[in-house]
Amino acid sequence: METLEAIKVTFFQECEELLGDLETGLLSLQAGEGDDETVNAVFRAVHSVKGGAGAFGLEALVRFAHTFETTLDKVRSGALKADEAVLKVMLRATDILADLVQAAKTDAVVDPDRIAESSEDLEAFWGGHDTAAPAAAAGESDDWDFTPLAFAPVPSLAPAGPPRWTVWFKPSTATYAKGNDTVLLLRELARLGDCETVLDASSLPAFDALDAEESYLGWTVTITTEEGEAAIREVFDFVSGDCEVRISGEVVAMPQLSTLPILPPVMDLPPLALPSAQIPALAAVEPEQRDVLPVDGPADLHPRDKAAKKEKEAAPSAAPTIRVDLERVDRLIDLVGELVINQAMLAQRVGEIDLTRASNVQLALESLEQLTREIQDSVMAIRAQPVKSVFQRMPRLVRETASMTGKQVKLVTEGEGTEVDKTVIERLSDPITHMLRNAIDHGLETPDERIAAGKAPEGTVRLSALHRSGRIVIEVSDDGKGINRQRVRELAVERGVIAPDQPLTDDEVDNLIFAPGFSTAKAVSDLSGRGVGLDVVKRSIQSLGGRISIASKAGQGSTFTMSLPLTLAVLDGMVVSVGEQTLIVPLAAIVETLKPKKSDIRRLGTGMLLAVRDAIVPLIDVGVALGWRSEPIDPTTGVVLLVECEVGGCAALMVDAIQGQRQVVIKSLEQNFQRVESIAAATILGDGRVALILDVDTVVGERRVEAEAGGSPRLALAS
Amino acid sequence: MLKILTIDDSRVMRQMLHATLSGAGHTAIQASDGQEGLETLSDAGHVDLIITDINMPRLDGFGFIEKARELPAHRATPILVLSTESSDEKKARARTAGASGWIVKPFNSDTLLRAVRRVTTG
Repeated sequence: METLEAIKVTFFQECEELLGDLETGLLSLQAGEGDDETVNAVFRAVHSVKGGAGAFGLEALVRFAHTFETTLDKVRSGALKADEAVLKVMLRATDILADLVQAAKTDAVVDPDRIAESSEDLEAFWGGHDTAAPAAAAGESDDWDFTPLAFAPVPSLAPAGPPRWTVWFKPSTATYAKGNDTVLLLRELARLGDCETVLDASSLPAFDALDAEESYLGWTVTITTEEGEAAIREVFDFVSGDCEVRISGEVVAMPQLSTLPILPPVMDLPPLALPSAQIPALAAVEPEQRDVLPVDGPADLHPRDKAAKKEKEAAPSAAPTIRVDLERVDRLIDLVGELVINQAMLAQRVGEIDLTRASNVQLALESLEQLTREIQDSVMAIRAQPVKSVFQRMPRLVRETASMTGKQVKLVTEGEGTEVDKTVIERLSDPITHMLRNAIDHGLETPDERIAAGKAPEGTVRLSALHRSGRIVIEVSDDGKGINRQRVRELAVERGVIAPDQPLTDDEVDNLIFAPGFSTAKAVSDLSGRGVGLDVVKRSIQSLGGRISIASKAGQGSTFTMSLPLTLAVLDGMVVSVGEQTLIVPLAAIVETLKPKKSDIRRLGTGMLLAVRDAIVPLIDVGVALGWRSEPIDPTTGVVLLVECEVGGCAALMVDAIQGQRQVVIKSLEQNFQRVESIAAATILGDGRVALILDVDTVVGERRVEAEAGGSPRLALAS
Repeated sequence: MLKILTIDDSRVMRQMLHATLSGAGHTAIQASDGQEGLETLSDAGHVDLIITDINMPRLDGFGFIEKARELPAHRATPILVLSTESSDEKKARARTAGASGWIVKPFNSDTLLRAVRRVTTG
């Protein structure tokens, strides 16, 4: 049996999902995209939170959810129109509901004034005068009636009374049609005390006039009990309305009481007596059994089948799912990583034996490689999740930031279904939060400024996710004023980030905001940065193999673009030789590989440039950059990898030779050794040796810094 | 021991029902909405009792009861409604649809098991 604690954990998990659904639903209603089903889904979300909260006795949560639910019910029934004002109050209520859930989780308390304020706002839409709905009254009353209720309200009578009761009841056919049974009623009565049961068969017609579907029998039970009338009535809770019941403290005169024998209490019912009690039950079942016989003909059955089928198609059947501990999946991913390494080792060993390409061993190895890759993809897919879980948290953040800065903001999200590895998902939240805060705090203007600039007073912030060349790209764009480049320049000079006369392109000026020790806010605003500069955000993204940049147009807004690998477990890499070493260059960074001609290479100060078609790009010897040799090799003997880096420019990396392409399992250097400059991580090669994975952005970035320090002319990076 | 189908869109509720019912020695099979409930019924065949929620996606409790009652095998199967709704109007609707009884959420295990006992022969 599951413990209550385990169920509580599920409850909080479920609450998180429900709150997400709630918010999504309300937002789509706000965007005018919602329909009746959206309203129903929103209602169900609050309803389920209330239901679960009730089970755990979380009273404050139940109370607030109930008020919220009642308001939603008004919308559902059409009594209340979900206009802008109503939705605004509901979104605020959603935040408070989320706070209450969080508070319940951590045993904290939510400010009662905030709850009261929101409750009043909600209640204001239907008001205390609305007598049409009994739930409304319940919402206001303090004594909550959550005791089990039956179909008919049980009159609360004093338990006192004569110990002998006479109960006469006669079920109708409807009683049996709803799955109730006289035997059960008699048994329940027998539980209360000693019973004398008399069958009333007075309505029973002659055998040839008997209608098998009718209910003819009634019972009189004389019961001796201290339990009182309420307890007796409770027995009939489920059948009242369908079954005539009379209860009396005195002997009731039976209508035409027949001379049938008195039956003993039903618990001791002899087998012979049972059939008579069950006749009506059977009668109720029979017509349905006839339904399967071809009485109505197959023509009748056919359309019904068709309708049922149609319905099944219309309602998308939820794919069956199982819940698995993340730990188990992680272990599986680890093991698959080892499998990949082993497979590579095996391939290498076999390669060392001189076998023909068509030999059986080689063929088997090839299919092993194929299979390994498929297993790896499938296992990674298990851990992949849509970014929705992160995006769902953002509307609230936007609302709060907007109200703190006095700006009007509409958040538009796109690509919520984009899937990415769970380990990456967990790291998305912070940078997105940061980018959104920045967009609202620094990007958007105040409503007055916007009106003056001829824009709508409400600014739009767009948050989108998409897959691009094996990476996930998250964009946050606003339609605000754009980056004030002059101010950024001034600040950068003032803070010693750049030299006063340093020539920079507009793009480069924009990206100065990521430079260490830089913040355009006059005081480091707690709001946009939470005390953390954009440089820290950039570094944390880079440590995940990601990039971040910003593009801006004066008066039209800015766009943050962040890209991250889809997984932090494996990497498609180009295996290259540099001197004696083997290095891995992430394939995602490589645009093309080429053999440079002597005529394409220019020397410039200490550096080299390479002409690639129309563009000139810096040429970097990887061996020199990593400090493995002091002089670059002759470019015409090596191979050049044209790489793209996060600032949107290209650079040419020179290596000695290319060994091949391989998917490698990423092993963190920080965890196994220590952080090494210009190296992103390490991996294990087929022959068991460790190879380092190059951090392309750092290598190219350093080269640029060197070039600047050396006073050489600014390199115009080709885009 | 009874075979009981529980239908609720809330995982918490399904877990609680499962814990309570299996604790009392019953077998509880689960479905997460009315539509799945119907599918489960056709797969599972005989059940002794059905406990269903009202507010659910795809097919709600009322719809489920109506459709279940159309199935010859479940014309007389006891169906208990388990809902936070407690208005007479909703109860009347459930009754018209063919529900055998009503339990208001949140339930405690005694209430639930008593209601189960009241509508079943087990």
